[in-house]
Amino acid sequence: MSSLAVRKTAPAAGTTPGTAQGPPLRRRIALVPTLALLLGAIYCLLPVAWVLIAATKSGSELFSTFTFFPGTGFADNLSDLSAYRDGVYWKWMGNSALYAGVGALLSTAVSAISGYALAIYRFKGRETVFNVLMAGVLMPPVILAIPQYLLLAKADLADTYWAVLLPLILSPYGVYLSRIYAAAAVPSDVVEAGRMDGASEWRIFTRVALPMMVPGLVTVFLFQFVAVWNNFLLPYIMLSDDEKFPITLGLFTLLEQGSNTPALYTLVITGALLAVIPLIALFLVIQRFWSLDLLSGAVKS
Amino acid sequence: MTTARRKAYGVKGAPYAFLLPATILFALFFALPIGYAIWLSLHKVQVKGLGLGSGARQEVWAGFENYADALTDSELLDGALRVLGYGAIVVPVMLGLALVFALMLDSDKVRLAPFTRLAIFLPYAIPGVVAALLWGFLYLPDVSPFYFVLEKLGLPQPDLLDGGGLYAALSNIAVWGGTGFNMIVIYTSLQAIPTEVYEAAKLDGATPLQIALKIKIPMVAPSLVLTFFFSIIATLQVFSEPTTLKPLTNSVSTTWSPLMKVHRDAFGEGDIYSAAAGAVIIAVATLVLSFGFLRAANSRNKQEAAR
Repeated sequence: MSSLAVRKTAPAAGTTPGTAQGPPLRRRIALVPTLALLLGAIYCLLPVAWVLIAATKSGSELFSTFTFFPGTGFADNLSDLSAYRDGVYWKWMGNSALYAGVGALLSTAVSAISGYALAIYRFKGRETVFNVLMAGVLMPPVILAIPQYLLLAKADLADTYWAVLLPLILSPYGVYLSRIYAAAAVPSDVVEAGRMDGASEWRIFTRVALPMMVPGLVTVFLFQFVAVWNNFLLPYIMLSDDEKFPITLGLFTLLEQGSNTPALYTLVITGALLAVIPLIALFLVIQRFWSLDLLSGAVKS
Repeated sequence: MTTARRKAYGVKGAPYAFLLPATILFALFFALPIGYAIWLSLHKVQVKGLGLGSGARQEVWAGFENYADALTDSELLDGALRVLGYGAIVVPVMLGLALVFALMLDSDKVRLAPFTRLAIFLPYAIPGVVAALLWGFLYLPDVSPFYFVLEKLGLPQPDLLDGGGLYAALSNIAVWGGTGFNMIVIYTSLQAIPTEVYEAAKLDGATPLQIALKIKIPMVAPSLVLTFFFSIIATLQVFSEPTTLKPLTNSVSTTWSPLMKVHRDAFGEGDIYSAAAGAVIIAVATLVLSFGFLRAANSRNKQEAAR
């Protein structure tokens, strides 16, 4: 209560009564921070704006007209891209959606049940299990990816959808976040009440705890979705059949071929634009209810 | 009586049952591959006779031979130096920008904060490969708006895809992609500071800058340490950005970063034993550096707390 009163009088404290009525604009808008943040925003949006415009240019316009003038070739670029090797581009998009969607779903399920178990139960070895799982977050992906490939090759699973899906299901970060959410969102008396009513542990988890954890689990899902969609190293190592490529790897191979034939540049650019649209759209839609605080594990009690 | 016992057993067993999927996945996709990598790194292939027919190639114990080879391999060491140089640019610049932006978002009377926050966070949603590809085109003199402007102004046009420019070019991609996420992490912990903490300083006439330096930064130090820690790990693992730039320039070799060299050993040359030794070395070096940093940061914090 007292801090509120202090805050109300604070702005006037530094100014004389005469100027308090109409403080200069500079005082009302923090000019330097606002401008600096705007510069940062422009820097971050620049490549996206560029690809948006470059995708509208035909091959000759790309090299001849000023970068930020829109071109006339967007429809052609789109149909060229769709026609490229019988529409393999759209296959890549579908694969990415499959890897990221199914992968994130499985990952969220495993994270939820593990996080719940680690948060709610007191049992022998709880901290050991937690610490060992967390050590996974520190493991550089390289020491994992190559032996994972060799082992999956022995199981005849290399170069299959499983090779990209399975290694990414367990996400230490997801388990960590789920544990925090479960501890904050599921009160122990609710679990206790469920036991009194004779519900099984599984039933308490699925019917009582899971709905309470949903907001946090949405964050885990989205985090994992972005992580899988953006992954390059794992599919690059695991896959050789380009029918199974995700979009990142597909675009990379397109660029590799395009480096010798600038005619393919327009395809790469249009492909890059289409590849970022789903994630940006997802981002804009969800940021309303996706509390960014949750991302860093902060939970409002 | 029996139901009570069954229930008590259920409560006891439940956490273990619930943790079963994670445990199995950890064993199969974390523990086993790491163990296998270490096993491979200690072996090599011995070829009998002409190396024809089955059984002619045999895995034999190699001791630390692969490690000795890797540690004296100039390609791996050169790559390590390149990546250390690259990390020395990326980590301070990225986290410095993230901290400054977070402080500015947190300052009073700043306008357009929701828009700029979202815009700066946006690159997080863009895959590293696509980011490298977009910037790669912006570095190409034929296509880039920067070169267009420089040319019109008659200014010198640096080659961003060669020599020292390449470090700037690669660092820029990482800074662009990583600043927003780190900014959000720092901003979140700034928001968690109760306002009462700086009311007193404000009453004493402290400027926003003084409050930022003397109060806010020390209070978010733990999250700064954490972002540093994870940035070091990510930076030393750099792979997709230089790999993506490779088709656009000749100056990114197949062994530019240590990780790329390991990849080439394993798949370009089929020597999985050396590759495994290289991977183990990179992993150990990464962990030593990142934990070394964590220890140094913690002991400094303790000294300051003791003062």
